[in-house]
Amino acid sequence: MGKITGFLEIPRELPTRRPVGERLKDWRELEGKLPEDKLQEQGARCMDCGIPFCHKGCPLGNIIPDWNDLVYRGRWKDAIDRLHSTNNFPEFTGRVCPAPCEEACVLRINDDPVTIKQIEKQIIDHAFKEGWIAPVPPSKRTGKRIAIVGSGPAGLAAAAQLNRAGHTVEVFERADRIGGLLMYGIPDFKLEKSIVDRRVAQMRDEGVLFHVNANVGVTHPVAELRERFDAIVLAGGATAARDLPIPGRELKGIHLAMDFLPQQNKKVAGDDVQDQILAGGKNVVILGGGDTGSDCLGTSNRQGAKSVHQFELLPKPPDGRTEEIAPWPNWPMILRSSSSHEEGVIRDWSINTKRFSGDAGGNVKKLHGIKLEWQKDETGRPKMVETPGSDFEIDCELVLLAMGFVGPEKPGMIEQLGVKLDARGNVEVAADYQTSVPGVFACGDMRRGQSLVVWAIWEGREAARGVDTYLMGETSLPASPEL
Amino acid sequence: MSSTRPPKRQGLYDPMHEHDACGVGFVVNMKGVKSHTIIEQGLQILANLTHRGACGCDPLTGDGAGILSQMPDAFLRKVCADLDITLPAPGEYGVGMVFLPERVDERNECLEMFEKIVREEGQRLLGWRRVPIDASKCGPLARESMPEIRQIFIARGRTTPDTAALERKLYVIRKRVESLVRESGLRDSESFYVPSLSSRTINYKGLLLPDQIPQFYKDLTDPDFTSALALVHQRFSTNTFPSWDRAHPYRYVAHNGEINTLRGNVNWMHARESMFASPLFGDDMEKLFPIIAPGGSDSAGFDNALELLVHTGRPLSHAVMMMIPEAWQRHEEMSAEKRAFYRYHACLTEAWDGPASIGFSDGTVIGAVLDRNGLRPSRYVVTKDGLVVMASEVGVLDIAPENVLAKGRLQPGRMFLVDLEQGRIIADEELKAAIASRQPYQQWLDESLIRLDDLPAVPATAPVYDEGERLTRQQAFGYTTEDLRFLMSPMALNGQEAVGSMGTDTPLAVLSNKPQLLFNYFKQLFAQVTNPPIDPIREELVMSLKATIGCEENLFDETAEHCRQLELEDPVIDDAALAKIKSLQRNKLKTVTIPMLYRVRDGGAGLEKALSVLCWEAEVAITNGASLLVLTDRAMDEENAPIPSLLATAAVHHQLIRSGNRTRCGLVIESGEPREVQHFALLVGYGAGAINPYLAIDTVRQLVKDGLLKSVEADDAVEHYLKAANKGILKVMTKMGISTIQSYRGAQIFEAIGLNRELVDGYFTGTASRIEGIGLDALAAESAQRHAHAYTIAPELDGDLDPGGQYQWRRRGEFHMYNPNSIAKLQHSVRAGSYKLFKQYSEIVNDESRNLATLRGLLKFRSSKSIPLDQVEPASEIVKRFKTGAMSLGSISREAHENLAIAMNRIGGKSNTGEGGEDPVRYERDANGDSRRSAIKQVASGRFGVTSHYLVNSDEIQIKMAQGAKPGEGGQLPGHKIDQYIAKIRYSTPGVGLISPPPHHDIYSIEDLSQLIHDLKNANNQARISVKLVAEVGVGTVAAGVAKAKADVVLISGHDGGTGASPLTSLKHAGIPWELGLAETQQVLVMNDLRGRIRVETDGQLKTGRDIAIAALLGAEEFGFASSALVASGCIMMRVCHLNTCPVGIATQDPVLRKKYEGKPEHVVNFMMFLAEELREIMAELGFRTVDAMVGRVDKLEARDAIEHWKARGLDLTEILHRPEVADNVAIHAVMTQDHGLAGALDNQLIATCQPAIEHKTPVEATFPIRNVNRTACTMLSAEISRRHGAAGLPPDTIKLNFNGSAGQSFGAFMAPGIAVTLEGDANDYFGKGISGGRIVVFPPKTATFVPEDNMIVGNVSLYGATGGEVFCRGQAGERFAVRNSGVTAVIEGVGDHGCEYMTKGMVIVLGKTGRNFAAGMSGGVAYVYDADADFAGHCNMSMVELDPMEERDFTTLKDLIHRHYEYTESRVAWRILSGWKDTARHFVKVMPVEYRKVLATAHLDSEAERLASV
Repeated sequence: MGKITGFLEIPRELPTRRPVGERLKDWRELEGKLPEDKLQEQGARCMDCGIPFCHKGCPLGNIIPDWNDLVYRGRWKDAIDRLHSTNNFPEFTGRVCPAPCEEACVLRINDDPVTIKQIEKQIIDHAFKEGWIAPVPPSKRTGKRIAIVGSGPAGLAAAAQLNRAGHTVEVFERADRIGGLLMYGIPDFKLEKSIVDRRVAQMRDEGVLFHVNANVGVTHPVAELRERFDAIVLAGGATAARDLPIPGRELKGIHLAMDFLPQQNKKVAGDDVQDQILAGGKNVVILGGGDTGSDCLGTSNRQGAKSVHQFELLPKPPDGRTEEIAPWPNWPMILRSSSSHEEGVIRDWSINTKRFSGDAGGNVKKLHGIKLEWQKDETGRPKMVETPGSDFEIDCELVLLAMGFVGPEKPGMIEQLGVKLDARGNVEVAADYQTSVPGVFACGDMRRGQSLVVWAIWEGREAARGVDTYLMGETSLPASPEL
Repeated sequence: MSSTRPPKRQGLYDPMHEHDACGVGFVVNMKGVKSHTIIEQGLQILANLTHRGACGCDPLTGDGAGILSQMPDAFLRKVCADLDITLPAPGEYGVGMVFLPERVDERNECLEMFEKIVREEGQRLLGWRRVPIDASKCGPLARESMPEIRQIFIARGRTTPDTAALERKLYVIRKRVESLVRESGLRDSESFYVPSLSSRTINYKGLLLPDQIPQFYKDLTDPDFTSALALVHQRFSTNTFPSWDRAHPYRYVAHNGEINTLRGNVNWMHARESMFASPLFGDDMEKLFPIIAPGGSDSAGFDNALELLVHTGRPLSHAVMMMIPEAWQRHEEMSAEKRAFYRYHACLTEAWDGPASIGFSDGTVIGAVLDRNGLRPSRYVVTKDGLVVMASEVGVLDIAPENVLAKGRLQPGRMFLVDLEQGRIIADEELKAAIASRQPYQQWLDESLIRLDDLPAVPATAPVYDEGERLTRQQAFGYTTEDLRFLMSPMALNGQEAVGSMGTDTPLAVLSNKPQLLFNYFKQLFAQVTNPPIDPIREELVMSLKATIGCEENLFDETAEHCRQLELEDPVIDDAALAKIKSLQRNKLKTVTIPMLYRVRDGGAGLEKALSVLCWEAEVAITNGASLLVLTDRAMDEENAPIPSLLATAAVHHQLIRSGNRTRCGLVIESGEPREVQHFALLVGYGAGAINPYLAIDTVRQLVKDGLLKSVEADDAVEHYLKAANKGILKVMTKMGISTIQSYRGAQIFEAIGLNRELVDGYFTGTASRIEGIGLDALAAESAQRHAHAYTIAPELDGDLDPGGQYQWRRRGEFHMYNPNSIAKLQHSVRAGSYKLFKQYSEIVNDESRNLATLRGLLKFRSSKSIPLDQVEPASEIVKRFKTGAMSLGSISREAHENLAIAMNRIGGKSNTGEGGEDPVRYERDANGDSRRSAIKQVASGRFGVTSHYLVNSDEIQIKMAQGAKPGEGGQLPGHKIDQYIAKIRYSTPGVGLISPPPHHDIYSIEDLSQLIHDLKNANNQARISVKLVAEVGVGTVAAGVAKAKADVVLISGHDGGTGASPLTSLKHAGIPWELGLAETQQVLVMNDLRGRIRVETDGQLKTGRDIAIAALLGAEEFGFASSALVASGCIMMRVCHLNTCPVGIATQDPVLRKKYEGKPEHVVNFMMFLAEELREIMAELGFRTVDAMVGRVDKLEARDAIEHWKARGLDLTEILHRPEVADNVAIHAVMTQDHGLAGALDNQLIATCQPAIEHKTPVEATFPIRNVNRTACTMLSAEISRRHGAAGLPPDTIKLNFNGSAGQSFGAFMAPGIAVTLEGDANDYFGKGISGGRIVVFPPKTATFVPEDNMIVGNVSLYGATGGEVFCRGQAGERFAVRNSGVTAVIEGVGDHGCEYMTKGMVIVLGKTGRNFAAGMSGGVAYVYDADADFAGHCNMSMVELDPMEERDFTTLKDLIHRHYEYTESRVAWRILSGWKDTARHFVKVMPVEYRKVLATAHLDSEAERLASV
């Protein structure tokens, strides 16, 4: 683009993470930033493709080549404008997104991809630093009122968009702080909470009303919302965790990850936490090899765990991309290691946990598991077969279940509204994100099932278009249609 | 043929698109001595030009021929006596040749009408004579359509004072009768035609072959039939519909060439009619209307205009100068008087522009003129006994060498006139000087013509926009971020249009979901085959953007008032220039400004109303004395949207033409809408005289201010931008071969796609638009969307420009057929070898319901009786019809290029070299049995690496006439892509850029193409010859011409094909989809019964089996894949091919990147097999067992019903699916092969004679007579040598051949090493074309007495694309000597214009004068010119070369070669130079390309280059 041979001359470079020994002592983010001239060089690696596969690979459709070039040319203000045109919260995705864009980057075919995520993060951080992120209240108000339930990335994105379209937006959050998973799901070392707060503050200044401790369906009856608002957007997430109903599950010291992680976030925020679940001095086992699992891992190590094991039911994925299973530009199911893995863990795969056993006090002491072999059944679907004689046991005083989520919680709001659910138990919507109940919309994990922050933001934006159209007959909110 | 008349417009065929070109000649006795011999000689010339004509499906029916002579009074008197007709004295009567309908009743009606008008015009009918003919002597097809042929004799009436008045009356009578019959409603009125009606000349012509003329018209054999002059013509038309009237000569002219600007010329002439007044005609004037008879050819139209100018009082030569002016604008050496003449007349009328060699006569003078660029050949011989012979070729009449006084050629723009009354030749200079001094033209210009630049500056009044207002306006006009980045920034930065690569794969405007500008519904037309595009850079000297605007006067007067106009240097102007124009309030230069806006709320109806108000306001303004109308959209606001500027311009233009007011004013457009070259070209093409793109200018300034354009000041950026815009228009014009903007203005060189008839007929009258489409309502809806974006959407929601997505894929942008999904799926499928994945890919591509991207997306298969899949021919057979596209080694890497070749050879398909030559090592098989040899060898305009050896190693030779991504343009391979390897194969120098000229310099017309096909067939008689065309309106008739020119295959390429580099304007806006071009081709070939003898191929974004099936049903039997084959090899559509940075190692020569290439032959093989498999499934469904059976079966296709798309639903595909009604025995696919007529070639004798040398290298020497009909001598012989002995050929001088006479065209073409030829006589065009070795020596007959160095010895375009060998010519050459030379060493004694153009290697020594523009585009090799008069520098184009001081080794080289020249030819020039070497040597000038010298000077010289430089 600016520099057509940049990709040939400049190697990929990322800021270094703080040393493990140092970072385990605090809860701050691990990654620094590149000096601006270095980052501009990284922007110059972008090849300005005729078909920017990154732009398709990004769920939001971020116009990556444009802002890569703008950064290269030092036009930071234009860069944040272009970035904001598809993404309300680049400071979130720039920190926690697994960056499918980079997997789809054309350079990734035979080279290291452009450092898209780092550039994204630094564009928005630069913009905040320069004070460019000022409130932009809408030039006129429509008089329509919208309730948004849930303040995670989907709810916030929907709120931001609908407020800019001139509607009066109120956000209902059942926790005591705004941000949903951003606030209580993701540890501070990955996303410091001031980052969330500053964005919420901007939205508040633009006119969005936030209600905390407002559990719709409990503290705020659904009927009341129906009465007060012209439209409701459900963005409550997929918070029903998958449990492990095996012998010994009832023992003390076995917890769902989402009981464990928020407590630490509150603690970091300065709250008093009664009876906090702590890993300090314990042998910890984490069941589940996903992002939540690695968040538990980082948190446990920071709390001073004696040892941490992380077990995954599925087989170990390949280390690198292969043409057969994960050809470019698709998202490859390969072995991924987060920063937390650098901090100390024993990982194993194809492990089935059979039962837990405890001491007399009802405290968990051991996990009993067995190795699996994955085979294919007659229809070609994978089938797990226990490997005879491979059973084992391991000491543990804390077990964290991070095995994913099964969908939205049904009692309360969902049941009261009576919205139709899809086969997987998520809220079903039409093309305009409207549920079976007129005027009620759904988006984010509540509609889609557990997914990435980046998808949640996209869902919130798209749902906002549906709501706007529903209320006004047409919408001028920008779209980023999936191909 | 079911009809005896040419078919009416049907399907995609429109008779309007017929073209012709041909051979023309005349013979005249200078002293005016009449004899029958002249007639015989005229006919002899014709017979010797037979090969320049053509035959259609009926070998006995030619395209027409004729002869115009003086009135044979004695003969007529004799035959009239038998009919009891008494002729008055010569000059007192006129004779008409009349073609009449066959049917007696209709014929009688015509006769009566004729007689009635003769009476009404006060003349006396003497009687009719049936012209005796022998109908058995013409071909069967000609006979079917043969009219009744009679002569009418008319005596001067009492009120008609003299012969001149009689001549005018005869003209009036003819025009009236023509109109009357045309409007009579007679069924066969088209058979009525008057070839001539005059007291001075008579015209015998018809649908005949040359040798049939005297047999058919018995009159011509009568010894009493005498004349002092004979003008003859042999026609080659692009189709075969029998047409007696279209034979030449016309009343005054016989034309070889083509008028490119016809549509505009006709419109302008029509518009002028209301101002016509001539005392010579008085009230008779209106009887002549329409001046240009409808339905005529370009030549007929030219003749109509010329005769008007002559009859209204101008001498014939003066009239010709007005219509075909020289390239005066940039001609510094031209006399001031002559320049003034041309400049003055440019205010009166635009030129009729195009390649032309025109012979003309009024019976008293006979002459010829050549177009400004010398694109047709015209050779003449003057004898000592007063005979002048002029013809397209030399040697058409046998003239004893000792009788020859002079041999010459007509030069570009020059005229040659024989005045029989004065009994002498009047040379161009004398003739024109006399005409130019008839009036005080310079004085008139000084008095009246105002140069815009000379007007005093006016304070700026235009508003300056703030950021918000600018954005609003940009949004209202649909600006995108891409417009700014890709189009405008490069223009503003470099003063040049932006370049892109790969093709276009976005939907047609009418199929797009995005609001489109009206400009996007138009496609540029371009020249192919029937006329050449021009190179606007290297041949800039013939180009001009200078034009005048204002009010014209009566065409037949000449006064100072006639040039009271405003003269502009360029059509795209800045704000200051516009301010000047707006302030003009003088007499005859008075400006009125009219807003072009409509109330956006009122939609299409409001738009329509606003247009009629606009037109009305224009009329009123003119009535009130305005001569300059400025249409402006500055005043747009929330309520009022701009009328699309093109719509407003065209609406006013055509309204004023209709009302007769058009020539009373100039149109100036002040609009925020136009910003790219296509926009400007369209506005000019539909009548705008000047354009001020105020918002584009403002935007450019802002880009500089914002720092987005660095290292340039705002004023300079604007200047660059305007320069790029103006240069861009020039480029668009030159694609069509048009040289001056004055002729381009209003010429409507565009085809509309997706506009309905009502809209086109109403506002774009005369523009082709063949599939209907949208009207004003949809245009208004599109405007409304943009307007809403600008004015109603809050900036906080959408504060940015639309991303566009035309040039790069964007999620919010335009749809692309190649997108992340389709590319990923295709690559996965071919790598995994999974047909299942391939089906997923093709479903994505074929998913028409969602994305209507192509016309074929609107078609579906008719349900048919299916057959089991196993009954369909196997995929392994089908893939033999598959080809990969022409991609040169150089544009793509060696790895990618060879990969395609291996893959195609594995499956029996064909790969294509592209135009970059081929490494001979690829002719040998690899150890594993793979072959890297490309079956198709391309021959393109650059002729890189085209040697005899290259050609014999082909199965098919493809002549690339045009390329889908940039039809009508040449190419350029930048120096950084030319490494040692590429340079070796291309016969060039590493690191030095290469230029492919826009035209093939040996194809300026259809008969030239026929000649090249003949040449290539000679070069390899086992290869099929294919001609690649690009789809545009009229491509069907061109294809018919190609079939008649004996091509074996014709390829119709879609507009969307890929490219390594092309200006974005061309990539997006030139050419049309193959569906239209292919369907038209099929229809016209079938209608002409030519389809059976040629194979049809198509390409352009073919991606799936469904695409192939539709192509086959529309008429293709072979299929090409280029972009898709590259995608299968790993291409991911970076669109940076032109930057050499392809990250997957395909379109790059960078060794680091080439290593990244991961494509394998299996990938391409898989792709081809999958395609064939998918095609088989469709064949089974449709019930076809073979592909042959499905070719042309349009009945199996239908339009999809219920197309809901808001724009596409107005489309009508009936014409694409039209099936012409023909007899059952007319083939609809290829069933036979062409007869190339090689059996009678001279080379058969040569080969027989040289057998010992070919077989055993035994030396052979022989002598042969040669004539102009012996074309392409020595080429088949050379092919035999190359086949046997490879590139090295035979040892020097193994074969010695001596010829005597005038050699036909392409003498020594593609000659192989080992042959040494002498030619005692002379040679025609294309002498030594592509010579790859050996030696040719040409000298005049020993008995000749003329001075050889002052006379012509070889024709135009000699040594084109030569790669080796030596040539010595004692005499002068014509235009473009050694063009694109890359290896021959030549000595010549004088050359015409454009010598050594585009030369890349080799050496040329000119021992005499050169024409202008020497060394244009010369990037390599060296030339030495003997510049005794020290005026060479003025003739040399210095943009790429410098005149270097001579060094010692230069002198050594020169002396040696001149010495050999003397030895071979006995040249007296050589002798003089050598004998006075001390004095003469210093006159030599060394012409050295700058880049070439730099490369030679660098330390790491490759030894080959070093050797060459020191030769």
